[in-house]
Amino acid sequence: MSRQILSREGWIRLAVIVAFVGAFEAACRLKLIPRTVVLPPSEMATSLWRILQTGEHTTDILSTLQNVAISAALAVTAGFAIGVILHALPRLRATVEPLLASYYAVPTFMFYPVFIVVFGVSARAIIAIAVLLSIVAMIASTLTGLDRIPRVLRKTALIYRMNTPTRAVLIDFPAAAPHLFTGIKLTFAYAFIGVIASEFILSGQGIGYAIAYAYNNFDNRTMYGLMLLVILVATIANTALDTVDRRLQNRLRR
Amino acid sequence: MKRTGDSILLILGIIATWQVLYWLAGDVALTSPTTTAAHLWKLLGTARFWEHAAETARAFGLAVLISLLGGVALGVMLGLNRTAGIVSEPILIALYSLPKVTLYPLVLLCFGLGVSAKVAFGAMHGLIPVTIFTMKAIMQIKPVLWRTAHALRLTPRQTAFTIALPAVLPEVISGARLGFSLTLLGVLIGEMFASQRGLGFMIMSAMGLGDNATIMAVALFLSVFAIGANAVLLRLNRVVPG
Amino acid sequence: MTAPVDGVHARLTGVTRTFGLPSGAKLRALGPIDLDIRRGEFFGVVGPSGCGKSTLLDILAGLSPPTDGSVVFEGKPVDGVPDGVGVVFQEDASLPWLSVHNNVAFGLRRAGFEAAETARRVDYAIGFMGLREFANAYPAQLSGGMRQRVCIARTLVLQPRLILLDEPFGALDQQTRLLMGEELLRLWRETGATVLLITHALDEAAMLSDRVGVMSARPGTFIDFIETQWPRERDSRIVSDPRFGAVTARLWDKLRVESLKIMGTRTQEKAP
Repeated sequence: MSRQILSREGWIRLAVIVAFVGAFEAACRLKLIPRTVVLPPSEMATSLWRILQTGEHTTDILSTLQNVAISAALAVTAGFAIGVILHALPRLRATVEPLLASYYAVPTFMFYPVFIVVFGVSARAIIAIAVLLSIVAMIASTLTGLDRIPRVLRKTALIYRMNTPTRAVLIDFPAAAPHLFTGIKLTFAYAFIGVIASEFILSGQGIGYAIAYAYNNFDNRTMYGLMLLVILVATIANTALDTVDRRLQNRLRR
Repeated sequence: MKRTGDSILLILGIIATWQVLYWLAGDVALTSPTTTAAHLWKLLGTARFWEHAAETARAFGLAVLISLLGGVALGVMLGLNRTAGIVSEPILIALYSLPKVTLYPLVLLCFGLGVSAKVAFGAMHGLIPVTIFTMKAIMQIKPVLWRTAHALRLTPRQTAFTIALPAVLPEVISGARLGFSLTLLGVLIGEMFASQRGLGFMIMSAMGLGDNATIMAVALFLSVFAIGANAVLLRLNRVVPG
Repeated sequence: MTAPVDGVHARLTGVTRTFGLPSGAKLRALGPIDLDIRRGEFFGVVGPSGCGKSTLLDILAGLSPPTDGSVVFEGKPVDGVPDGVGVVFQEDASLPWLSVHNNVAFGLRRAGFEAAETARRVDYAIGFMGLREFANAYPAQLSGGMRQRVCIARTLVLQPRLILLDEPFGALDQQTRLLMGEELLRLWRETGATVLLITHALDEAAMLSDRVGVMSARPGTFIDFIETQWPRERDSRIVSDPRFGAVTARLWDKLRVESLKIMGTRTQEKAP
């Protein structure tokens, strides 16, 4: 195992990102890109710092994080449960499978207004659409994980004369865990997208809402500061989950 | 035989669930399947609907074209150079998971409030998966195939068209399928936020007027379109060997 | 000089296994099988592809019931996996989320052995199979051969009286196979267990076994039993014994006919 901090490609990647941001900064400062359109990255950063310090959007930030957490948690548990049930009932699964396969073809988000009509402009509508958006990823990952449990491990469980609940805990779950985690990773990403998009389109609170509000009020400073926040949070969270995902998948490599 | 039977069962199941939800939630929230279908039929007869549909179709068509051509081109370039591929993959994946809607104001400020903003936004959504799928497919071409091309003394052009392209086509079509759906989503979200025309706008204005039937009818129309297109592309995926 | 034979360890009488196909037809995958496995012997099984060798092992181990016939182990009818039977499968059955040490200890912990005894047995098995260096590694970091050793060690610790192996060295290269064969012989001698080894490699069967059963093409039945009469203290160098060629020749003689039968039929339906 290499002991470098970053691989060769990692360093190149870092250089590319730094170069890109640097070029962007230069283009803004040199007035090649007008200030009315975009702020230089350095000013976005200072704006974000100011927002965090003054705490003027703390309620929004917490609201978003809370909605994401609740949506992801609901989607993961419900998705897992549905996945387990479908796996146990092959006939039902075969019938429902086309629905799962073409689910992401449909722009599910367009149903957000339906939830607004049902729940009003509220966290519940946001959580509802975010769950709807992300649950299928968890169901699909659960099915894959359970499918991919090698038959020989099931036979091994028989050799050790395990009953089904014991086998489920000691063999099935660890064997499926990497795929389940991939599901969690995807669910989180989709929930995050769903929540931000909902807040953006129509909401009373949240980071998405704050960005839209700032846009409509020509407050580029705040808008870009918050945009940067979303980019940073999304990238860090997703990258962290992805790294763990890779580690787990590597354990599986046969 | 069993397959078609199951599909019909599924569709009936969906309609049944819809009907039950309608009974639970009431007219305030949803419209029943029959009402929605009737309303959609009526809408399809109006000029207004088709104006909005055409607007969406214009933006969508152009965005899909850009996503596909741009995505494949970019994917091929990044894929052929191993280092470029490894370097870009995490960046592309990070962009993929980013809630791109946050960047929409930037797009609007660049392109103004017209069709071009929607096209750009849609293309942003679709470009990334097509690029990722194409790039990975190129990178995963078994080295023995490159060696075979070399041994047969093929020109770069011949290698590209007779070996590389057929090898990656299935993956590219999978990426295109995803890109297609995401581009549609991008265009619709764009219309829902900042547009006076298009099907996305139609949904939002119907919501403002409390016109549930129109929301559901347009959503139904888009769902049928999306699933139909996806099925066609899936067929394509199956037909292409590899 | 042959292995001490001390009665019948397991007996199969009239065993058959029939599967139902999606088309509705029935497929007899195995049988009828009449087989006495002698206590303490090393019994090899060879046969053409698809003859039902793995099914035979499943039935003997109690993993699946026969459609007809009876299976008796140590005088008692087999119903589910009996105590005292160990199985090493063809596929890698190492648990990827556990280290080598914990893999080997898995069965003991499940059976409720106390910590001291577990540690002692695991330590012995790991040492015996040459895994000491890798005790804390994970299966993904090991080669195929090492992983099979982990599976064998895991089976070893429970001190089975009958060890069933289904082409355990199938995925390995020839040299590794020969050496693993020697380890298997060592294991057999030191534990005094009865061993049944399924293999498609004739030289392996001829080299390792006291007795080899030759199976026919599907539905598999035993068409010949060959006693090798090797000394108990043997290793892979038995291949230079003048009688080795005769044994292998006799095996191939029978097997060739059966294998030719399936040569042209490879595309037909296989048993699930």
